[in-house]
Amino acid sequence: MTDTLTPVLTDDWDAERSWTLATYESRGGYGALKKALTMPQDDIITAVKDSGLRGRGGAGFPTGMKWSFIPQDNPKPKYLVVNADESEPGTCKDIPLMMATPHTLVEGVIISSFAIRANHAFIYIRGEVLHVIRRVQAAVAEAYAAGHLGKNIHGSGYDLDVVVHAGAGAYICGEETALLEGLEGRRGQPRLRPPFPAVAGLYASPTVINNVESIASVPSIIANGADWFASMGTEKSKGYGIFSLSGHVERPGQYEAPLGITLRELIDLAGGMRHGHRLKFWTPGGSSTPLLTDEHLDVPLDFEAMAGVGTMLGTRAIQLFDETTCVVRAVLRWTEFYKHESCGKCTPCREGTWWLVQTLAALEQGQGSEGDLDLLLDQCENILGRSFCALGDGATSPISSSIQFFRDEYLAHLTGGGCPFDPAASTVWAPSLTKAGA
Amino acid sequence: MTQATTLTETTISELREIAGRYPEKRSGLLPMLHLVQSVQGRVTPEGIEICAEILDISAAEVSGVATFYTMYKRKPVGDYHVGVCTNTLCAVMGGDEIFARLKQHLDVGNDETTPEEQGKKSITLEHVECNAACDYAPVMMVNWEFMDNQTPDSAVAVVDDLRAGKEVRSTRGPRLCTWREAERVLAGFNDGLADEGPAAGPASLAGVEIAGERGWTAPVAQASGATGTEPETKEGAVAEADTSRAESETVQEKSQ
Ligand SMILES: Cc1cc2nc3c(=O)[nH]c(=O)nc-3n(C[C@H](O)[C@H](O)[C@H](O)COP(=O)(O)O)c2cc1C
Ligand code: SF4
Ligand code: FES
Repeated sequence: MTDTLTPVLTDDWDAERSWTLATYESRGGYGALKKALTMPQDDIITAVKDSGLRGRGGAGFPTGMKWSFIPQDNPKPKYLVVNADESEPGTCKDIPLMMATPHTLVEGVIISSFAIRANHAFIYIRGEVLHVIRRVQAAVAEAYAAGHLGKNIHGSGYDLDVVVHAGAGAYICGEETALLEGLEGRRGQPRLRPPFPAVAGLYASPTVINNVESIASVPSIIANGADWFASMGTEKSKGYGIFSLSGHVERPGQYEAPLGITLRELIDLAGGMRHGHRLKFWTPGGSSTPLLTDEHLDVPLDFEAMAGVGTMLGTRAIQLFDETTCVVRAVLRWTEFYKHESCGKCTPCREGTWWLVQTLAALEQGQGSEGDLDLLLDQCENILGRSFCALGDGATSPISSSIQFFRDEYLAHLTGGGCPFDPAASTVWAPSLTKAGA
Repeated sequence: MTQATTLTETTISELREIAGRYPEKRSGLLPMLHLVQSVQGRVTPEGIEICAEILDISAAEVSGVATFYTMYKRKPVGDYHVGVCTNTLCAVMGGDEIFARLKQHLDVGNDETTPEEQGKKSITLEHVECNAACDYAPVMMVNWEFMDNQTPDSAVAVVDDLRAGKEVRSTRGPRLCTWREAERVLAGFNDGLADEGPAAGPASLAGVEIAGERGWTAPVAQASGATGTEPETKEGAVAEADTSRAESETVQEKSQ
């Protein structure tokens, strides 16, 4: 039986000066790199395939398979790009990882680049996290000084340069092709696919793009073996992952567990919902994944089971809201976010998110009619599947799911002529328990 | 502070240095614009011209990029940039109240700067989107350093100290530098402060601490053969991947 929590990536976060090379190496760091450099590159790709690791950036595509798509007969240079844009509302795992143990990521970058035969790698970090950028810059500098990066790494004949690149504020740059545009010094607007980045990515060359947590998981797979990784998790969702709990729970934070843990177990570990309150709705994997309710406490948090209840595992960004929270207010705010972040390239998303905000804002103030709920769903239908990238699709998730579960609450805004909730009751400093509930 | 210094030879050679980090120099544009802001307090027409010249592209192209990203400012930014997260989770947890209180206290609107005052530092106030710190809600950022678990009172105390020129520390980072100094780090010039501040805040350690108390660990590694449950084909993988997002990203070109 696997333990309930299985700290691997988070295991060193409480170590003294965990961000330094000295601490990382004293705990076995860069051992996997030494091993990898003696392996045939295809064996590394096979190990990652066999481990069952699926992308931790939201979509869950098998990482080893993605690597194997890189056409090795293509004479162009190959690139590895790490997606450290972490901007999906609720998602807060990659940032603490890079702050506490940036060398885990750097080691993963070197092994992964070696496997796909890239001599250049880029870490694209959102610009709004200054100290994280410092720590990753410093870790890369330390890795060069120790001979883990640069020319002829540890006598292997393999060369690798890594550039730490700071973004400049744009959620859409988390979308992989928009990220490439940003990295090429352009506006971050998604590219048409095909061609896929594996064939024509950065500078039209074969490129692998992976999330921070995906790449940081690679050293553990090389060090401990594919079977070790696959011994955790569920049948098709293997391994461990960081679950991020935020909101109205006693102890918000990062909980690293095998995929398939349930929300009930996680809330239990986190000391329950805040005292005197109960769970009302939650996002399983960020705001772009349809909301769930307290009916879903026992659904395994893996890719398949989440799809089975009409949502997505996403980035395991679990935002928890109790009964003091107005779902219409929450959804309106997310919708304003999507409208603000829409890159403007395609009409369904650019115009659609604008209309969604108009309709929702009126409803929140108690204006409109019941027919506006159908109008909203209609607008969502015109965006979902018709937008150029998944940002537009994501914008519809909170709306359609909240209408599905909380139609009456929308209607209460209309009958009551406004919002029936007191926002002060939801705050951290609200006088607790006695005032529970609306 | 609001006077735009002209770009000196030193800055211009640093801009060239940034472009030189990349296989294709245009990739340097985002960090180059950060450097321009660190010197001039905003993206100036002069900065745009010089970036364009170094990269052999038109000023209009540089402008197009500068206006796309929210961290680039055309109006001068104050000594400190204060961002209050008002995305849903932080807003609900109290971010809306914090933002309202700061607007009132500083007497500015969103994306506005306090007027210059003798002996006082200036502050630009803005509401920001989710800053990947939701487990520390409500979150405030000063020059993009974390100020975790704020209340209206603590936020007011922070901005008062900043205006008075007192030293303020990030809750998960170093003593706060100025916004311009921060922009220089974003341009890739490290300021040597990486070793300041903790490895992680308390929320980041929630799971590790519980695992430690209960003696929970990941399994011990042992050697053996393949597991054999992974999809063998691209189509199988796409079918298993869980979203239309995965599908649109991974349905591979048939030509391969
Ligand atoms: C609007 C949008 C935002 C995204 N943001 C991120 C992000 O911040 N980080 C990330 O790793 N993936 C993000 N993704 C997913 C990426 O496009 C891509 O699937 C991922 O980086 C692939 O890495 P993985 O296979 O390791 O998960 C985003 C996708 C969309 C559509
Ligand atoms: S869906 Fe939205 S973000 Fe994506 S390309 Fe269209 S306008 Fe841009
Ligand atoms: S919602 Fe504020 S940091 Fe995520």
